[in-house]
Amino acid sequence: MRILALEGALHAAVAETSDAASSDSSGFFGWLFGSDGFHAPSISEFYPDALAFAGTIFEFNRIELVRVIAAFFMILIFWLVARSAKIVPGRGQAVVEMVLDFVRVQIVEEVMGKERAKRFVPFLTTLFIAIVFFNMTGVIPFLNIAGTSLIGLPIIMALWVYVMYLSVGIKKHGLGGYLKANLFPPGVPKPIYLLLTPIEFLQVFILRPATLALRLAANMIAGHLLLVLCFAATQYFFFEATGALKAAGVVSLAAGFGFTLFEIFVALLQAYVFVMLSSVYLNMALEEEH
Amino acid sequence: MDTTTLAEVSGNVATIGYGLAAIGPGIGLGILIGKTIEGMARQPEVAGQLRTTMFIGVAFVEVLALLGLITGFLFT
Repeated sequence: MRILALEGALHAAVAETSDAASSDSSGFFGWLFGSDGFHAPSISEFYPDALAFAGTIFEFNRIELVRVIAAFFMILIFWLVARSAKIVPGRGQAVVEMVLDFVRVQIVEEVMGKERAKRFVPFLTTLFIAIVFFNMTGVIPFLNIAGTSLIGLPIIMALWVYVMYLSVGIKKHGLGGYLKANLFPPGVPKPIYLLLTPIEFLQVFILRPATLALRLAANMIAGHLLLVLCFAATQYFFFEATGALKAAGVVSLAAGFGFTLFEIFVALLQAYVFVMLSSVYLNMALEEEH
Repeated sequence: MDTTTLAEVSGNVATIGYGLAAIGPGIGLGILIGKTIEGMARQPEVAGQLRTTMFIGVAFVEVLALLGLITGFLFT
């Protein structure tokens, strides 16, 4: 752990405090309950030790295992439902159909209109469901980390959207037409383009995909750190702290459960926002010139 | 006369950095979403359109808060 000590306004000193990991580790319970001071969670949470193939580019760690599990259950659920799909849906099928309907009606058709939405509903529904599943692993006990909390997966999803909206835009307007519509929006005085064109360029080609990926990953990182902080503090208060501080553990435990519920909400909200923005970007690419 | 230290702050300034970084976007989101709700209440028939436009705006504002979060990890 690195502690940056700020003394006065100018003098900063970096002190490296290495906390010795020497609890009286008597078996499993010693490991579980023994502790040497409070460990605040850090970004290293997201770089766990490799489970297999350490050192190679195929390195496989806990987060990747969680992703595989999430993908497996996603495919399993949809396979089970699709295998026995009926015209009059059963209970399981009704739930899945509700989700599919939500994406189609509430997000895609709302943004694009019925006619244009048809092409993109399968793509955006896939995105929505994948993001929900990968986000949800963050609050499932024993998995406890969101598959999307490492930037790689969000980058792939954002690149998918990026390539998609660029290609449909170029296909519809032609390369020149697309660039003209996006970089030189009509209806402003000529000199303004000096300012506007670079901003629009950054917008379309860099900021949109970058923020799609960053938003999802940053939300999941922040959520995981919050949960770790709450439960690590609970462990510390109950087993380490003395006297009245022990009572604070009750508060942090309650906060931990509260934030778990909040994380479920955030997981769904981020999937909604991601798909919403994706369909907005697709719609912008397809829009007629005004 | 010696200068005496009246107050001393120790720890990493990044601890409060994100709090500072979140103030601006917080105010921005409040205004943005509040105004959208106002618009929706006045004209419920354009609620869908307003919501879509709001999300585009939210995307802009939220980026600032996210950059604050990321820089905290980058520069420690």
